[in-house]
Amino acid sequence: MRDMIVSELSQAMHELARGFAHFLPRLIVMLVLAFVGWVIAYIAKILLRSILRLIKFDRLSDNAGASQLLTKAALPSSSELLSRFVFWVAWLGFILLGVSVLGILGLQEQIARFFLFLPRLFVALFIMFFGLLAASFFSRAALLAGVNANLPSPRLLSISIRSVIIIFVLSVVFEELGLAEQTMLVTFGIAFGAVMLGLAIAFGMGGRDLARRFLETRFLRRKKEENEDELSPL
Amino acid sequence: MTQEVSVEERAVPLRTEKRLAEDSFLTDDFLRQLINVGEVDILVGLPTHNNAKTVGPIVQSIQAGILRDFPRERAAIINADGGSRDGTPELVTGISIDDVRRTANLYTLRTLHSISTQYANTPASGVALRTILSAAELLRAKACVLISPESTNIKPEWLSKLLRPIYNEGFDLVTPTYRRHKFEGLLITNLLYPMIRALYGTRIREPYATELGFSGRLGGQFLGQNNWDDGTGQTGLELRLTLAAISGGCRICQSFLGEKDHVERRAADLIPALRQTVGTLFSALEADFPVWSAVAGSQPVPSNGPESEVGLEPLRINRKRLREMFSTGVAELASVFQSILSPSTLAELQRIAGLDEDDLRYPAELWVRTVYEFAVSYQKSVINRDHIIQALAPLFRGRAYTFLVENRDTSTNDVEKNIESLCLEFERLKPYLLEMWNGRK
Repeated sequence: MRDMIVSELSQAMHELARGFAHFLPRLIVMLVLAFVGWVIAYIAKILLRSILRLIKFDRLSDNAGASQLLTKAALPSSSELLSRFVFWVAWLGFILLGVSVLGILGLQEQIARFFLFLPRLFVALFIMFFGLLAASFFSRAALLAGVNANLPSPRLLSISIRSVIIIFVLSVVFEELGLAEQTMLVTFGIAFGAVMLGLAIAFGMGGRDLARRFLETRFLRRKKEENEDELSPL
Repeated sequence: MTQEVSVEERAVPLRTEKRLAEDSFLTDDFLRQLINVGEVDILVGLPTHNNAKTVGPIVQSIQAGILRDFPRERAAIINADGGSRDGTPELVTGISIDDVRRTANLYTLRTLHSISTQYANTPASGVALRTILSAAELLRAKACVLISPESTNIKPEWLSKLLRPIYNEGFDLVTPTYRRHKFEGLLITNLLYPMIRALYGTRIREPYATELGFSGRLGGQFLGQNNWDDGTGQTGLELRLTLAAISGGCRICQSFLGEKDHVERRAADLIPALRQTVGTLFSALEADFPVWSAVAGSQPVPSNGPESEVGLEPLRINRKRLREMFSTGVAELASVFQSILSPSTLAELQRIAGLDEDDLRYPAELWVRTVYEFAVSYQKSVINRDHIIQALAPLFRGRAYTFLVENRDTSTNDVEKNIESLCLEFERLKPYLLEMWNGRK
C-alpha cells in the first residue's frame, strides 16, 4: 500500500516535472515573442507617428471634426491616438501569438477569431474617419451656401446634414464590426424616420406661420428688389 | 490708291466631334482654316456662349475698328464658342463687312478673316482663351485683343486703344480703364486693385479685364507657362495673364476706353466673381512668392487717358441688406472663421458686426488684415480652399457697406482719395502678410 502511494506520488511528480519541462520552453518562446512584439510594435508606433506628422494628419483630423471630439473626451491628438492604437494592436497580436504557442485548449479558437476580426476593425476605423471628414465638409458647404444665399437658420441646416451623415456612418461602422446589427438597423430606421416625420410635422403644421412669413419675405423682397439698383462686384 | 480685297467668310464647322491634332488640342477643321489664313498682324479673340443678342453689334464694331485704324494690317477675328444653341457662331461669321464699309466709307487693303470654332459643348472660359492663344501663336499674330461678347457699348476705337501701344510702341499688355459709377466694381476697388498694387508693386486699375490687348510674345509665353491641365488653371485667366505679365517684367500700360457696361455682371454673381478674381490671385501668390516678396512700394504704369473716371449719379442701393448679411455671416460662420482668422481679428469682427446700422464701420486696417489672413489660410489650406473663398463673401459685404456709407455724399476726388488711402493701408501692412506667410506669426 505504502509502496503504491509512493509510486503514484513519484509518478505524479515525474509527470509534473515532465509537463513543466514541456511547458517551460513554450513559456520562454511566448516571453520572447512578447518582447520581440513589443520592440516591433514600438518601432511601428514611432514610424507611424512620424509619417502622420509628415502628412499633417492632425490638420486633416481638425477638418474632419475628429479633433474636437477627442479634445472633449480628454484624449490625445488623432495622430498620437492612432499610433498608440497600432502599438497596442500589434503588441497584443504578438502576445496572443505567444499564448497560442502555449497550446492551451479552447484559447486557440478565440485567438483565431481575434485575428479575423482585426481587418474589420481597421475597415470600420477607416469608414469612421472618412465619414467624419465627409460630414464636416458637407455641413460646412451647406452652412456657407446657406449664409451666402441669405437663407433662414443656415446653422440648423448644417447641423442636420452633419447629423444625418454621422448617423449613417455609425450604422455602417457597426454593421462592419458585426456589433448589434439588428439593433443598429432598427435604431437607425427609427431615428431617421423620426427626424423626417418631425421635419414634416414641423414644416407642415408647426411651421405654417414661419413658412408663410418666409415666403412673404422672399416675394416681397423680390418685388422690392425690382426697384433697386444692383451693384456689380467687378 | 487703295486696293480692296473681299472679305473671306467661312462656314462654321458643324462637326463637334474632336480629334486631337498631333501637336495641338485644336480641332482639325479649325487648324485647316488657320493654315489657310497664313500669318496675321492683328488677332481679335471673341469667346462666346449664347451671345446672339449682343454679338452682332460687337462684331460690327470690331470690323469698323479694324477698317478704320488697321487698314494695312493682316487681321483675323477668332471666335471660340462654347456650344451656343442660339446661332452665335453663324452670326459672327455671317455679319457682312460691306455694311460697315458702306456706312463708314472705310476700306481695307487686306483680307479680314473671320473664323469660328466650337471648342466644346459647354462653355469653359479657360479653354476658350487657350484656343484663342493657340490660334494667335499659329498665326504668328503680333498684337492680340480680347473682347468680351457682352460689352454692349463697345466702340470701334477700343481696338486702336488696346492694340496701338502693342503694335507701335512695343508694350506687351494693355489693360483698360473705364468710366464707372463710384459704387461699381467694389471688389476691384476694395480688394483686387489695392492688393495687387501692394504685393506686385504695379498700379493697374483694372487687373481683371475682359477686354485687353497683349502681344503675341506674351500670349505665347503664357500659353507655355500656364498649367492648362490643372483645374485651377482654368478660371480667372484674364487676371492670370495680367499677373504673368507683371511677374515676367513685361511692359504694361493702360488705355481709357470710356463707359463700362456689361450685361453679364450682377450683384448675385459675387461668389463666382470671388472665385475668378480672389481665388485666382490667392493661388497665384504661391507661385509668384519670389516676385512679390521682394517688392516694396508701388509704381504707376503709363496711361493713355485718365486712370479712372468716376460717375456720381444717384443709385438706389439696399444698404440694410448688405449690413444684415454681414452681421448674420459673422455670427453664423464663427466656427469657419476660427480656422481662418487670428483670434484678435475675429474678435474685432464680431464686435463691429454687433453694432447698430449707424455705428457699423469696417475699418480699412481691419479689412486689410482680414484679406491677408484669408490669403495665408488659403496658402496653408487650413480648410477646403473653395470654402475659404466663399467665407470671404459676407465680410466683403460688410466692407462694401462701409464703403457705401463713407462715400455716400463724396465727390470724385474724395472717392479717389479713399481708394488711395486703402491702397496705402494694403502697402503698409504687407510686412504683416510676409510674417504670416513665412510662419513667423
